[in-house]
Amino acid sequence: MGTNASGIHAGRLSPTDYDRNFADLHPPLDHHEALVAADRCYFCYDAPCMTACPTSIDIPMFIRQISTGNPVGSAKTIFDQNILGGMCARVCPTETLCEQACVRNTAEERPVEIGRLQRYATDTAMDRNIQFYARAARSGARVAVVGAGPAGLACAHRLAMNGHAVVVFDARVKPGGLNEYGIATYKTTDDFAQREVDYVLSIGGIEVRNGQMLGRDFTLGELTDNFDAVFLGMGLAGVNALNVEGEQLPGVEDAVDFIAALRQAEDKADIAIGRRVVVIGGGMTAIDAAVQAKLLGAEEVTICYRRGKEHMNASEFEQDLATSKGVMIRHWLQPRRVIDRDDRVAGIEVEYTEMRDGRLVGTGETGILAADQVFKAIGQTFVPDAVGNLLLEGGRIAIDAEGRTSMPRVWAGGDCVKAGEDLTVTSVAQGRDAADSINRMLASSARPSIAVA
Amino acid sequence: MADLRNTFVGIKSPNPFWLASAPPTDKAYNVERAFKAGWGGVVWKTLGEEGPPVVNVNGPRYGAIWGADRRLLGLNNIELITDRPLQVNLQEMKQVKMSWPDRALIASIMVPCQEDAWKAILPLVEETGADGIELNFGCPHGMSERGMGSAVGQVPEYIEMVVRWCKQYTRMPVITKLTPNITDIRKPARAAKAGGTDAVSLINTINSITSVNLDTFSPEPSIDGKGSHGGYCGPAVKPIALNMVAEIARDPETYGLPISGIGGVTTWRDAAEFLALGAGNVQVCTAAMTYGFKIVEEMITGLSDWMDAKGHKTLDDITGRAVPNVSDWQYLNLNYVAKARIDQDACIKCGRCHIACEDTSHQAITAMVNGVRHFEVMEDECVGCNLCVNVCPVDNCITMVPLAAGVLDQRTGQPVDPNYANWTTHPNNPMSRQAAE
Repeated sequence: MGTNASGIHAGRLSPTDYDRNFADLHPPLDHHEALVAADRCYFCYDAPCMTACPTSIDIPMFIRQISTGNPVGSAKTIFDQNILGGMCARVCPTETLCEQACVRNTAEERPVEIGRLQRYATDTAMDRNIQFYARAARSGARVAVVGAGPAGLACAHRLAMNGHAVVVFDARVKPGGLNEYGIATYKTTDDFAQREVDYVLSIGGIEVRNGQMLGRDFTLGELTDNFDAVFLGMGLAGVNALNVEGEQLPGVEDAVDFIAALRQAEDKADIAIGRRVVVIGGGMTAIDAAVQAKLLGAEEVTICYRRGKEHMNASEFEQDLATSKGVMIRHWLQPRRVIDRDDRVAGIEVEYTEMRDGRLVGTGETGILAADQVFKAIGQTFVPDAVGNLLLEGGRIAIDAEGRTSMPRVWAGGDCVKAGEDLTVTSVAQGRDAADSINRMLASSARPSIAVA
Repeated sequence: MADLRNTFVGIKSPNPFWLASAPPTDKAYNVERAFKAGWGGVVWKTLGEEGPPVVNVNGPRYGAIWGADRRLLGLNNIELITDRPLQVNLQEMKQVKMSWPDRALIASIMVPCQEDAWKAILPLVEETGADGIELNFGCPHGMSERGMGSAVGQVPEYIEMVVRWCKQYTRMPVITKLTPNITDIRKPARAAKAGGTDAVSLINTINSITSVNLDTFSPEPSIDGKGSHGGYCGPAVKPIALNMVAEIARDPETYGLPISGIGGVTTWRDAAEFLALGAGNVQVCTAAMTYGFKIVEEMITGLSDWMDAKGHKTLDDITGRAVPNVSDWQYLNLNYVAKARIDQDACIKCGRCHIACEDTSHQAITAMVNGVRHFEVMEDECVGCNLCVNVCPVDNCITMVPLAAGVLDQRTGQPVDPNYANWTTHPNNPMSRQAAE
């Protein structure tokens, strides 16, 4: 088929090309590489990397454990703070978190490779299936968790550690949430997301019910009636629309659906891709869609973002990755209409934008980009239909510092809450901390009454 | 261009870099490669008496410790003296010396502590045309169990006796190689001098176990599950060697006795330090065994470039220059006050200076100032100990700045006294109080 055939087609590349294109973006460090990389850590006092990590992993300690030949102990240091440390090692934008804070940047503009070292340690323990946590004696309490993504899994694991019985409800066929459906294929190969779910669940005491969607299959009221506590971590179900003419045409798709389909595909050759692809948006989702479109054999892939490079939510590293794969990133362009030819996408009309008096406005100057396929990646939204009277903030669930919602015995975390940064690692931190809060509540209510007279 | 030509106890070599008696100098093949690479001289691996040669173990002979990125910091060995027949070594030495007349060739010798044994071997060595001999009183493993090597070097009377025999039975200059496995290096050096030695060389290797295998509980290197202490060398031993060289160089009883400096010489810089502390030349082994003979090029150019930059014309201009500055603690100036200063532009904010000072020293470095991560020395707490300088990963980020006379020392609240004063006269010293009364 090749990259030059007009229209949207599967199988543009040879099997070897697919394999090469979708191989691990950051191959694992081997033993020697890990030792060399670990040697660069200065074991900083009150380490800035640790402060920068949303889950506060003791990074200097886990790196020191690697360099002293104790990768298993290192993995425990990581998992103590972040049970999904394996996935975070793969998908965290370390360049804006721990590695950005690394003092080696000041010393020689090259941080310690914290992400890859974390992967080395967690892979070592997970490959040997070493379990660090046992379930505490049964507390008798039952907790419902909605959503088996990073927030829900982290919450469920911490609850199970404390002896509570957990039921996790997830709308999708497989657990894992965005780890399973939302991450670029080359960042998590070899079915890692499912292996990690299995690893997390092996603590016991967690029942996962797939295909169970809040508001469709059960209600929040049923959960609060039947469980001692509820954690909501269902993420974002909605996708922002372009709100332009032609958006309904075949060939205009949500980037998140494309990314999910690619992750679920048995064979990458089954995924159809256009010859010319335009991605609208400026975040990680836009980059993931654009890069993978290119890797599937699109001849020309263009990202259109309505603001400047400095405003893009995608990190510098991600932008560089995209351009290195041949993606063209264009700024100050917004979509005006999708152009129709024979009821299919033929192109997209875009308008130049600029900042005027602090507001983004169209300049009136337009142009047309030829395209067979358009991906929308301009943000996802929380769909509040099923959460009833829960207080919202900025369109998402409002929580306090411990993750409590406005409703008694209901906690929330992950992308569905306001405080979220839409990062896996932040979701893990929120799930974990909510579990600790739930545990405190359950422990205090279980305390025997004290005779005062 | 500095003149690196070296004359040591009358032995001339084009530069002061000799290879020490060790595996790299065991045979003509290696020695010729070394000379081609530019080494100024070699001390041929130790010869034993005529007869069946010694045998070595047939398993690992070396153990090691490493720094970052497996940089070799310390090496130990359980290899014995040459295991080749004496005649083969003598023949090769003669041939090599003829081919390389401008290089120094020294024979290291170790035979039993009997006059006849030394009397027998010396003429054979002399016949090779070797420039001198080095008496191996240092090897701490294997041979010492047979009453040789360090077993001799640990008894000053034996040293003096054997040196005397050697001076009696050969015209060749005698260099006595000392073991560091003693409590006071001056004693064996004095004994060697008393016996009439022309020079001493030091240090030989240090008794050591480099590591223990935690699966088998065998010391390393392990021979069939057992280990024996070996001789430790390499960069890790340099500070010990420097001190021992300096002790002999400044001892009134051995003052002026030529010293061949050995112990962890890895770069030109190490060599220059040995020379400054009184060595007339240096001997190298571990660095060559780690990187090959080519390193001598770096040593030659480095030493020469440094000498040019400093205006030193010959080796005599630097030899012993640091010796007058080696002092006993009691004579150090107690009125000298220095404070650590952190260059905020160079600081990468790792915080190691803070935690070292806070946990283990004098609580004199901040971690946070006005809510911002900031590391700064609090002069009113700083005793000037230098620990922060040593743990800082950035070169020249923290420096010790001396306070000028008259400046207020914020820690003591006193101005810095311009006068030199030491412990011998300090009021807290009971001895000085006695003297005053």
